[in-house]
Amino acid sequence: MSWMFLRDLLSGVNKYSTGIGRIWLAVMFAFCLLVYMVAAEHVWKDEQKEFECNSRQPGCENVCFDDFFPISQVRLWALQLIMVSTPSLLVVLHVAYRESREKRHRKKLYVSLATMDGGLWYTYLISLIVKTGFEIGFLVLFYKLYDGFSVPYLIKCDLKPCPNTVDCFISRPTEKTIFILFLVITSCLCIVLNFIELSFLVLKCFIKCCLQKYSKKP
Amino acid sequence: MDWGALHTLIGGVNKHSTSIGKVWVTVIFIFRVMILVVAAHEVWGDEQEDFVCNTLQPGCKNVCYDHFFPVSHIRLWALQLIFVSTPALLVAMHVAYYRHETTRKFRRGDKRNEFKDIEDIKKQKVRIEGSLWWTYTSSIFFRIIFEAAFMYVFYFLYNGYHLPWVLKCGIDPCPNLVDCFISRPTEKTVFTIFMISASVICMLLNVAELCYLLLRVCFRRSKRAQTQRNHPNHALKESKQNEMNELISDSGQNAITGFPS
Repeated sequence: MSWMFLRDLLSGVNKYSTGIGRIWLAVMFAFCLLVYMVAAEHVWKDEQKEFECNSRQPGCENVCFDDFFPISQVRLWALQLIMVSTPSLLVVLHVAYRESREKRHRKKLYVSLATMDGGLWYTYLISLIVKTGFEIGFLVLFYKLYDGFSVPYLIKCDLKPCPNTVDCFISRPTEKTIFILFLVITSCLCIVLNFIELSFLVLKCFIKCCLQKYSKKP
Repeated sequence: MDWGALHTLIGGVNKHSTSIGKVWVTVIFIFRVMILVVAAHEVWGDEQEDFVCNTLQPGCKNVCYDHFFPVSHIRLWALQLIFVSTPALLVAMHVAYYRHETTRKFRRGDKRNEFKDIEDIKKQKVRIEGSLWWTYTSSIFFRIIFEAAFMYVFYFLYNGYHLPWVLKCGIDPCPNLVDCFISRPTEKTVFTIFMISASVICMLLNVAELCYLLLRVCFRRSKRAQTQRNHPNHALKESKQNEMNELISDSGQNAITGFPS
């Protein structure tokens, strides 16, 4: 899977972010994307091959694996990385729109293309809220789909065509649990950073408005 | 798997590092990342496939493998490299913040005599002093802590740095104490010892860099204290000379006025 595009996108967004936004990008890149690319993909590579049930009934393993893993954890993780990185595109698009407007009118309309004022401030705020929403949404989905954040070494399965309640063994459960916990901790860190950035932006705007009001008063 | 991005990140910080820091980056990339990418993956590629237990009981192999290898060696090394490289982000962010402030002052007109234009600010090598010294020193300190922590975790998880060729396993659902055989134990031991040695070298380089930075600061402070101590003596000598000159000129005047007409 090629993650170069996502990496380039994240580096491109860096220019238009606030200080905390840049920290978020660094955390996202170093801990989420790099750990995923370097380690996580390999841990789940042989998940179905090494999934073993204590039964020789053909089809029993397939059915039990499908029931317990409707979507593979590593694929859900990849989807989360993509969805959480894309709201930053809104900011890039808005800056590109400003640039094209200035070119069309052939005069300087903004203090600087990347200054966070007016419409760009709202775009940045919306992108932050959507990012946080996605992070929380995916964490809740993960928890609901797999009944928690730990992977058991043994599951009991009695779906047809399994003849009775059979024991099925998952491969590398401890390693998978460690990586899922790593993902959960990084997601929580990203959510906290997003909240701090949101409050910082709203507070800064509020203080600016108050100062303007007081300076206008005679 | 892409280590190029990590290389770009560390390479960027490398410009502002000390010479020992530059050696550290070379050791990390040649002896650790390259070895991990080129060799370790080939050696550990079939670790679970070729892990064989002396039983036909389904699930016994999975459970025994999971018990003896909670985290695979190569994943642990990859995590170690990522964690050890991330403190460099602190330095990168500090340098970026310093450049941002300098550009802002330049635009206001404050630092026009120091730099010709904004490109000059971006190209300038930032010196490790003041608050950047603290950031750089903290990043080296965290690097040492992470290296030591991972080496300890490795030792604790695998009961040393040597891989045995047979393990005894009696965990449910294994019916009794079964023999389980690891694939390529000697080759894995060789690579493990190589990676541990490279970790130790990196840790020693970091300790040396820390000592160098501390000594440099102490040396600078003592030099400054020395010049301050010499300066008052020099001032005293000057004022005494001035007094003598005044006396000479006064006595000269008196000599002229006292000349008998």
